[in-house]
Amino acid sequence: METTLDQIYENKKVRVIDIRGGEGIRRRLSQMGIHPGDVITLLRFGALRGPVLIEVHGSQVALGRGVASKIIVEEID
Amino acid sequence: MRIALVGQPNCGKSTIFNHIAGYKAITSNFPGTTVKYTETRTRFDGITCTCIDLPGTYSLTSGDPAEFEARKHLLSGEVDVIINVVDASLLSRSLELTLQLLELEIPLVLCLNMMDEAQRKGIKIDTKKLSDLLGIPVIPTIAKAGKGLRELFTVAIKVAEEKRIGKTQKFSKDIEETIDETVESLRSLSPNTKLPLRFLAIKLLENDPFFMKEIKSSENMLKSIESLQGRVERIHGVPSDEVISSERHALAMNLFEKVATIVHPPGRDIRITIDSWVMHKIFGYFILAAVLYGLFNVVFGIGAYIEKPLMDFFERWIIGFEGSAGKESLSFFLLRGVLQGIAGGIAIVLPYLVPFLIGLSILEDVGYLPRVAFLMDVFMHKIGLHGKSIIPFILGYGCSVPAVMATRILEFPQHRFIVSILTTMTPCSARITIIFGLVAFFINPNAALAIFALNVIVLALLGRIFSFLYPEPGSPGLILEIPAYQLPPLKNTLKKSWYRIREFIVIAWPLLIMGSALLALMEYLSVEKYVNWFLSPLTHLLGLPVSVGTTLIFGLLRKELALIMLTQALRTTEVLSVMSKTQIMVFTIFVTFYIPCLATFAALWREIGKKGALLSAFFTFAVAIILSLIVRVFLEVFVW
Repeated sequence: METTLDQIYENKKVRVIDIRGGEGIRRRLSQMGIHPGDVITLLRFGALRGPVLIEVHGSQVALGRGVASKIIVEEID
Repeated sequence: MRIALVGQPNCGKSTIFNHIAGYKAITSNFPGTTVKYTETRTRFDGITCTCIDLPGTYSLTSGDPAEFEARKHLLSGEVDVIINVVDASLLSRSLELTLQLLELEIPLVLCLNMMDEAQRKGIKIDTKKLSDLLGIPVIPTIAKAGKGLRELFTVAIKVAEEKRIGKTQKFSKDIEETIDETVESLRSLSPNTKLPLRFLAIKLLENDPFFMKEIKSSENMLKSIESLQGRVERIHGVPSDEVISSERHALAMNLFEKVATIVHPPGRDIRITIDSWVMHKIFGYFILAAVLYGLFNVVFGIGAYIEKPLMDFFERWIIGFEGSAGKESLSFFLLRGVLQGIAGGIAIVLPYLVPFLIGLSILEDVGYLPRVAFLMDVFMHKIGLHGKSIIPFILGYGCSVPAVMATRILEFPQHRFIVSILTTMTPCSARITIIFGLVAFFINPNAALAIFALNVIVLALLGRIFSFLYPEPGSPGLILEIPAYQLPPLKNTLKKSWYRIREFIVIAWPLLIMGSALLALMEYLSVEKYVNWFLSPLTHLLGLPVSVGTTLIFGLLRKELALIMLTQALRTTEVLSVMSKTQIMVFTIFVTFYIPCLATFAALWREIGKKGALLSAFFTFAVAIILSLIVRVFLEVFVW
């Protein structure tokens, strides 16, 4: 089921389907190793719609909620 | 010979650099500590080389100015060999930069740093195979322990002498064909280009804004590139930059899978458990408050314990001289000035500065600061500043100069402008010393805490106003790597603290002693009266003793001077005998906010231009006056 990264529960693994953002955001995410096809684990949400913390290719990255809402993902079990 | 250290942020470039250069570049467990490059000359095996520590860059695509700096340097044609430093525990991601560096056709060595961390994560890397695949030497190192560095540089020099170029890795067939065509059209349409054609071709296909601007003047060129970009997009159905970046990503993953094996799954890492508390929605903030409060109390506890007896000691000394030299003699005035300058450094500044800087260094090296950025992002959002802008603010508590320079990690000029100006108002270690040495010491620690709180509130309000005046240019929001915790390498932490303390000892302290002597001389000649008279409208307005006027001038040179010259100007270290508590509070608040010191002003001039720097001086001056007045009225009416 497709949804956005900010709609996932904590500790879920997802695969990136698409990034619905401009060139700038795609570029910066790809630098962190986030592209369509990559597997991300959502570690935690910050308080009050704060950033989300994810793990991707062994490193931890904080993404603003707005950024996360532009990443289309599907859950994998 | 010029050797450039290149790598993604926080992979240990500066640690390697410091190992050969002595402690010259500030390091911390925080992506983006280095925003400008540092050079050092050194000798290896009888060859003189210049080693350059470049800012961390995730890729060779132009992003923020710090990354741009790194790329510009690499393209200058002056670099003889690149040492590509990678965090071995993040190899797959790091290889994407390596692939781009190969395209530059400059001799290259891959340094697999943090091998211990990779081992802990259960990753085993076949360095021989990786070296064969890329056609470049691969050297494993553990920079913080100094392991493998000697070999690294020996090999780098050899590669540079042989001018050995690695193997560029090939994309899918249709992309390679398009790259070839682009290279052809570059060759015919712009034959004078100095850059490697394949590198340039790929950058143009990626629609890199910098290189696209370069070819804009030639209409034929632009047309040809746009049609080639269009073809890639038609075949793959996504924008050409995404196609290339996905291809590169796939290449890197492929390489990674060929050379790395996961020997054992990463063990249950205690650091993950720690993070589940430190970055927790609720407990995270309690821990943050506890850490800051703890640091505050430790710094004040140590500082006050040392300040009191030292001050008494110097005071007795000065009184002693007064008796022997005569109260009105020139030699007594000068001697008192010099002694108070020395006393100010030893008794007032260092007792607070040393524990504060050691504390800050530990927090930096452990890797706590990015977690603070994570916790605070939502509040930064509320005041209209996004994501990474917290980093300059945190650095601002150390010193405003690196804080202003750190704004280079922000992409938008508007953000850089706003954050530069606001960050000069965060109390730097010099002003923290004033807050501790004056307010906490003479009034009480809670009053000092109140000043810190007031400062945060004012900055938040100003941020809000600024972001209202300059609406969002479409900020992309926070994308920040949170590096793993590291045990603070004690030696490094102490060296870093010393590096910062030395700055005070060799630059500020002599200035302080001279300033103090100068002020004494001015008093002897009764010149200081004119300065004070000139500033009396200001001091009257704020309700301060007229004699503090000169200290405000000295404070423009270095903020610490304002405090130390204060005791000199008042002719006593018993500040409470001549200033009321309200006056102390107003004075401290004024000094905390008013006009950035000379070094910061120069940094602002460089980063946001003359206009910006002047504007910030006027703006902070206005803010300081308004705030001091409000506090004065508030304290006089409601408190004391």
